[in-house]
Formats: sequence, structure tokens, C-alpha cells
Amino acid sequence: MAETAALAHVNGLRAARRSPASHLAEAFAAGSVPGTVTLKEIPYQAMVGIRVERTSDAGTRLASVAGGLPATCGEVTGTGSVNALWLGPAEFLIVAPEESHDSLGGSLIGDLTAALGADEGQVVDLSANRTTFELSGSRARAVLEKSCSLDLHPRTFKAGTALATEIGHIPVVLWKTGEETFRLFPRASFADYLGRWLVDSMREYASPEVP
Amino acid sequence: MLLISCPNCGPRDETEFHYGGQAHVAYPENPAALSDREWAEYLFYRDNTKGAFAERWVHSTGCRQWFNMLRDTVSYEIQSIYRMGEPRPDAAPAGTATITTSPEGAQK
Ligand SMILES: [Zn+2]
Repeated sequence: MAETAALAHVNGLRAARRSPASHLAEAFAAGSVPGTVTLKEIPYQAMVGIRVERTSDAGTRLASVAGGLPATCGEVTGTGSVNALWLGPAEFLIVAPEESHDSLGGSLIGDLTAALGADEGQVVDLSANRTTFELSGSRARAVLEKSCSLDLHPRTFKAGTALATEIGHIPVVLWKTGEETFRLFPRASFADYLGRWLVDSMREYASPEVP
Repeated sequence: MLLISCPNCGPRDETEFHYGGQAHVAYPENPAALSDREWAEYLFYRDNTKGAFAERWVHSTGCRQWFNMLRDTVSYEIQSIYRMGEPRPDAAPAGTATITTSPEGAQK
């Protein structure tokens, strides 16, 4: 009963939330070139930071909740909507839909916390730490290549890979979710900067190509 | 721009890393037993090597892990990258001597 009331209260507050790049939604829409490159924010994804030795007992338990924990740099584990990204040898980022957050009726964070138990490690709710940008289209890679030093050619950077790196001089986790689709995770305070930076980088593709 | 091979992530641009100074400076076994001079030397005194130098780096915007690097301070050539806790590999004798040309910017 009390839980239901608490949930109703939280849901009442949801309308007042502003995502880190909500003020750029119009700019993203105006700067997108359908069929060539589009940019949008996917706000409020649930994110959980995990620090654990993945081969330990706690690591095994956490992996069973998260649908796996990646073993190497670039690897992404998970099936469907809950995924684990490799951030370091013992550091991972779980990315899941908003609804999986405990405050919205889900149980992701509680389940992960219970899986860690009293063992060595961390489970931290980082849902408000980063927002998500989705950059997609035939020119998405070209937009990123202007300010990311990684080799983004598909022979090297394959769909299903995520790397922590720098884009536009700021730290960003870059996840290639499809052949022409990238998800970028900037920290909330960098969302405005990175959003404007990407819109700027997309601008040339709105004009006809100069032969 | 150096291209640094992180032991966890592979080659990345130098801008993703931060420098951590000289490697293999052991924390004193018993800091309280040190004189002020010895403590100051532990804290502030570092080698100023011309040639192969063992130093610490951290992959700040990648895996956030520290590692060691053996780098030639004249040519900037990275001779070895090895994990924290591993001993310093033998420095390649070439590069440490017979430097006849001035490095870029050294004339200032
Ligand atoms: Zn690294």
C-alpha cells in the first residue's frame, strides 16, 4: 500500500523532469537530415555502475542478473533491453530501459544490489549521470569521425561494440548498436555541449554534396 | 601526439591519458621514521633522465587503469608498456646514448 502510494507520488513528479538535452530537442530535429543523419536524445535510461571482479562469486551472481558481464574492452553483453558495457577490467555499465528502475516499478537496482550482497564491489544507481544520444544514418560515422580519433571503419569497429573514448574533446562512451546507428553516453553536464557539437558536425550534410 | 597502447584497450591517442610521473618510487616502509629531508626527497625529488625513463600513465577516458611505460625522453619512443607491479624491463641501450641532434624545442 505504502509502496503504491510512493510510486504514485514519483510518477506525479515525472512530468516535472527535464532531461539533460531536452532544450535541444528542436535543434536536433531541425539539424537532422532524414535518410542521411539523424540525432535524437533517448532520455532517462536506467544505468547502473558495477565494480566487481567478474570471475568472482559476486561477479557470477551479478552476471546472471545482468545477462552477462563483458570480459574484454569493447564487448557488450546482455540480450534484449538490458545490456552491460565494459568500462574497465572490473568496471561495467548496465544500460536498461527507464521502466526497469526501481522507482518506476522495476527491480533492476534492487536485484543487482542483492546479487552483490556483502561481497567486495559496488552497485551504484547512475541513471542521472549520463544521457543517451542516438546518431544514425549513412553519414553518422562521418559525423563522428570529425572529432573522434578511434578507427570507426566497420572493418574495425563492429556493430555491438562499445568503447569509452573522447568525442569533441570530452569523455563519452560510444556504443555502435547497428551498422549505421551509434549511441553516445555523455555525462549530463556535457549533454548541451556535445549536442550542439554534433548538430554543428551534421550541418554540411543538409546541403547538396559538392562534386 | 603519442599513440599509446593501453594494456587493456589497445592503441589510443595521448589525449585519452594522463601522466603520473616517475614509476617505481616505492612508498616508504615506515614513513614516520623518515627525516624531513628524506620525506621531501620521497615526495618531490625525481630523476631527470635523458633517455629511457620508466613512468606511470593512466588511461583517464578509457579503462581508468594505471600502467607503466618505458619511454625515451629525447626521441619520445615508447620502448615498453607493462602493468603496475611488474618490474622495469631492461632498457634498450640504444637511444640512451649517442644523441647528437637536439630534440624539437630544446633550443629555447
Ligand atoms: Zn585503457
